[in-house]
Amino acid sequence: MAFDSFGAFIAMEGHGPYVWSCYFVFFVLMGAIAFWSLRQRRFVIAQQRRRMNSTQVRNTSPAGASFTRIEPSQD
Amino acid sequence: MWQIFHKLGSPKWFFGIAATLMPWLLWVGVAMLAAGIGWGLAFAPQDYLQGNSYRIIFIHVPAAFLAQSVYIMMAVAGLVTLVWRMKLADVFVKAVAPVGAILTFLALFTGAVWGKPTWGTWWIWDARLTSMLILLFLYFGVIALGAAISDEKSSARAVAVLVLVGVVNIPIIKYSVEWWNTLHQPATFKLTEKPSMPPEMWVPLLLSVLGLYLVFGWLACLRMQTEILLREGRTRWVKELIQARGS
Repeated sequence: MAFDSFGAFIAMEGHGPYVWSCYFVFFVLMGAIAFWSLRQRRFVIAQQRRRMNSTQVRNTSPAGASFTRIEPSQD
Repeated sequence: MWQIFHKLGSPKWFFGIAATLMPWLLWVGVAMLAAGIGWGLAFAPQDYLQGNSYRIIFIHVPAAFLAQSVYIMMAVAGLVTLVWRMKLADVFVKAVAPVGAILTFLALFTGAVWGKPTWGTWWIWDARLTSMLILLFLYFGVIALGAAISDEKSSARAVAVLVLVGVVNIPIIKYSVEWWNTLHQPATFKLTEKPSMPPEMWVPLLLSVLGLYLVFGWLACLRMQTEILLREGRTRWVKELIQARGS
């Protein structure tokens, strides 16, 4: 251990605020990009599942209207 | 050879490989980063000149190192995009550009905070600092250009050209501390020489650099997977994959 006590470790002989603010920003930003990237992938998967389900529903549902060929007489 | 090349370019193949690699990249990377940072913060000896403020080096150097190597990787991918039209190369560039921007910002921020107690100033327009700031703007440019062009192929080509033009900045960053007489200290690691620090300082530093590389690898795989899912949403393998993942 390079320090005599935990207090000395935090204070770093007056350089504490500089050192700790750097580490804080580093972990916050790296954590943020990791969290954001994970959420983005989850979002894209959920979105595509929704789209797939909606097309399936459309394909399997009975047709609401039918087209009957009209054959007008040629007389 | 060509078969391997083709396989490498296949998004489906990459997706599977990434899924296998990702847990390893993340956990080994986090462990190495934690070991390097913990060692550097609490156990490494104090610097006789800079006191304890030098302990910022254990995140400053990894961030700056990665910021530049990510750009070089993007440039290689840009070349592959232009020459072989490989889609995966463009996926890589788009996926990692924001990560590169964050790493560059971190290098600049930690450098500024380190500069205050060491040099007596947060910022100075010295060659190393200015060229790093240009790198940050290059990353912003790549992100903005990629987002501005909606056509996938033209966007890929335009971004690749921008990345390749910007690569001229990398040797400027690297040699800035040698070409110009600046405040910034020379490189900590050189391939050809032994480090000028004692091993109690450079071993934890090397650990945190390698750890951050692995964490970056994880982030790159994760973000590339997202980009592939977005682009290949209509293909059968993506549909099957999404169905197989359950609810």
